[in-house]
Amino acid sequence: MSEKFSIKLTSNLDDFENVQKFVVEKLSDCSCSQKILMQIEIMIEEIFVNISKYGYAPDEGEITVQCGIEKTAVEITFTDFGKKFNPLAKDDADTTLSAEERPVGGLGIFMTKKFADNLDYKYEDGKNILTIRKNFG
Amino acid sequence: MNITKKSDGTVLTVLVEGRLDAKTSPDFFDDMKNSIDNVTELILDFDNLDYISSAGLRSILSLLKIMNTKGDMKIINVSEKVMSVFEVTSFTDILDISQK
Repeated sequence: MSEKFSIKLTSNLDDFENVQKFVVEKLSDCSCSQKILMQIEIMIEEIFVNISKYGYAPDEGEITVQCGIEKTAVEITFTDFGKKFNPLAKDDADTTLSAEERPVGGLGIFMTKKFADNLDYKYEDGKNILTIRKNFG
Repeated sequence: MNITKKSDGTVLTVLVEGRLDAKTSPDFFDDMKNSIDNVTELILDFDNLDYISSAGLRSILSLLKIMNTKGDMKIINVSEKVMSVFEVTSFTDILDISQK
């Protein structure tokens, strides 16, 4: 049994906050710890910003976010019509480097991979479809 | 995001409240960069920081790179949830970070 909710937005960079608010509100009755909740919000921001910057920029496009809530897990699916881009195929950031050697970018998708319990990307009918799953039970 | 600065000689302590995300981090970095010209020790107090994403980490790493050329930087009063971000990205290996 799961409840499903959906929201449609533009890829305007600041709209990641609206997705965070939308999902956090839907999770308000769940037994989610503050830490898990923050990690879910981080994944939402990183994926949204990624689609906005690499999928659509300099234009804007549509992003649909579906949120499925189960008893002890949440599944969030991002669908966009931007450039075909699989963020999961990117090499992981090298977190063994010194401060001087570390590039300042590339940590967003790295954290998403670390915080998600499952991640799935597919390209179908001109759409990038990325699903993250996070257990909180 | 709200920041409060306390200066003591060349030591600057900055209380960072709220969220360091893609929206707020560029302003945070610009403000900090303009405040550390004569600073040899930068202390970021995260007691009231609720949230940090990769955009926040980017601004912290950029500040660390500047501070490493002329002094020290540390982060204090980090909550358990924010610590999970520093741990997963191994920022704990390159920066002096202490928990609440």
